[in-house]
Amino acid sequence: MNVEIIIAIILFSYLRRSTLTYEVPLRWKKPLKWGLIASIIVGILDISTLLGDVLGKVLSIFLVGAVIYGILRYKELDKGRQLVFAWLPLLILSLAIEVVEYFFPRFYNRWDDYFLLAIFCAFAWGIAMWINNNKQRKALEREKIKSLAREQEFKATEQMKIMLEKQVGERTSALTKQKEELEKTLEELKSTQAQLIHAEKMASLGELTAGIAHEIQNPLNFVNNFSEVSSELLDEMSEELQKGDIEEVKALVEDIKLNLEKINHHGKRADAIVKGMLMHSRNNSEQKSLTDINALAEEYLRLSYHGLRAKDKSFNANFKVELEPDLARINIVPQDIGRVFLNLFNNAFYAVNQHAKNLREKGIEGYMPTVVLSTALYSNQGKGNVVITIGDNGMGIPDSIKAKIFQPFFTTKPTGEGTGLGLSLSYDIIKAHGGDLEVGNHDSTEHLHGETELMEGCRGTVFTITLPYDKTEALI
Amino acid sequence: MKILIVDDEKDVEMLFRQKFRKEIKSGNLELVFAFSGREALEILEESNPPSVMYMFSDINMPGMSGLELLDEVKARFPDLKVSMISAYGDQENHDKAMDSGATGFFTKPIDFDSLKKEINNLLQ
Repeated sequence: MNVEIIIAIILFSYLRRSTLTYEVPLRWKKPLKWGLIASIIVGILDISTLLGDVLGKVLSIFLVGAVIYGILRYKELDKGRQLVFAWLPLLILSLAIEVVEYFFPRFYNRWDDYFLLAIFCAFAWGIAMWINNNKQRKALEREKIKSLAREQEFKATEQMKIMLEKQVGERTSALTKQKEELEKTLEELKSTQAQLIHAEKMASLGELTAGIAHEIQNPLNFVNNFSEVSSELLDEMSEELQKGDIEEVKALVEDIKLNLEKINHHGKRADAIVKGMLMHSRNNSEQKSLTDINALAEEYLRLSYHGLRAKDKSFNANFKVELEPDLARINIVPQDIGRVFLNLFNNAFYAVNQHAKNLREKGIEGYMPTVVLSTALYSNQGKGNVVITIGDNGMGIPDSIKAKIFQPFFTTKPTGEGTGLGLSLSYDIIKAHGGDLEVGNHDSTEHLHGETELMEGCRGTVFTITLPYDKTEALI
Repeated sequence: MKILIVDDEKDVEMLFRQKFRKEIKSGNLELVFAFSGREALEILEESNPPSVMYMFSDINMPGMSGLELLDEVKARFPDLKVSMISAYGDQENHDKAMDSGATGFFTKPIDFDSLKKEINNLLQ
């Protein structure tokens, strides 16, 4: 069998195999199959010498030429190009040698060893190229498998990614919904809180009304009484004028003048109380102003006292005031601090009253319910603190609940009597003023008010309000 | 005749002095004032029996209330006439005062005509 037909068979079968892996388009499958069959038939016939030497050769050259031409001509058959280069030297060389052998037999015989060597070299080249090609192909295949795996991995990752994105989307929308719901709840809570604060204000206003009624009724009585008595005095005056008692008329004039001053004084007193009440109930009055703490605290002490007294006939208590006479005016929101005072005084009076009731039930006598208000100024170079203490000699606050008393809705009063917001709001107000509100028993703050004998035998409670004082602020 | 008036409002003194101006001037009436229950007891205890004939007391006062003062006074000086004056003209206070032996019960704003009548009855 000649070299040409072997190479033709190799190329055809190689290309045909390549169609199975789709490296060569399927439409070549058929031509390649027929080419292979033809090559095999020619090869068999050649071996069996049924064909003549020349015909066998020509058919072989035709077939190998056709396949090589196809490979070089069509890009789709590029796969076979490597193999063509592997076997082409052997093919050309064997053809050339056969030509030489045929036309120049003498020359061939002389150099026959070299020709054989050349053939051998070309064959070796072909084998080497083939092995190399195979190796490369296997490497490529491995690479292909790897890249296929990578692609699969990538696809899986992509799918995972899509799934995750979907999940993230779902979670995000769920979270957004949750967030919106929470925001809505927060808004509702805020408005509830505002309503509660307002309700607490109104509740404390309710507590105030009785006190205010009393506080207004008294000056109004004076206004009425002094104006009546003045009119009587004027009648008397005209009588005295007729009598001609000028001295008496002069005295009456003095009295009437004093009465008018009293009317004015009490009118203003009632006016101030009404104004204070309006300020107390106003919702958004955040205006700070320089305020006389002594006057403010005393005013609310009286309001609280009279309020409780008007509500509960059996209520009574002493109150003492120990005010620092040189207390500087400080910059505060008076109605806010007023609410704190009112709250603390109400609590203090409530505590001593409850304690008095308890002791009465037990038959213990000699208890003097007392509430003490004291103020003090601690300053250094124009800066410092105004300290206001409101102490009582009631039952005291147990340590176990001391930490809770500033919490919203915490109350020890029976249901309906306290909102539980008073101290919590008071605390917030004092904190908003940059101050501090502390609770202690009497012993811890003894130095702040010297009335220890009032407190004997009773633990009592002392609330201490500390408010910052800055002289430069007071000068503005 | 000496009358004691107890009220924590200081202007009450001026008002009463003007209202009873004629009676004071004529020397028929002498007014004494106390601004707390404690002060009232001190004045009453100055002499025994007290020089005061009649006591008018406000009920609503810090410290010792008018009703407590009434009990105290009735315990020490059972013969002294005491009338109460209250801004809260409620039945509870009225009954309590009357049970404790009060002679009269006046509500604020004080009706000076009836008060004068009461005092004039005493003077005659």
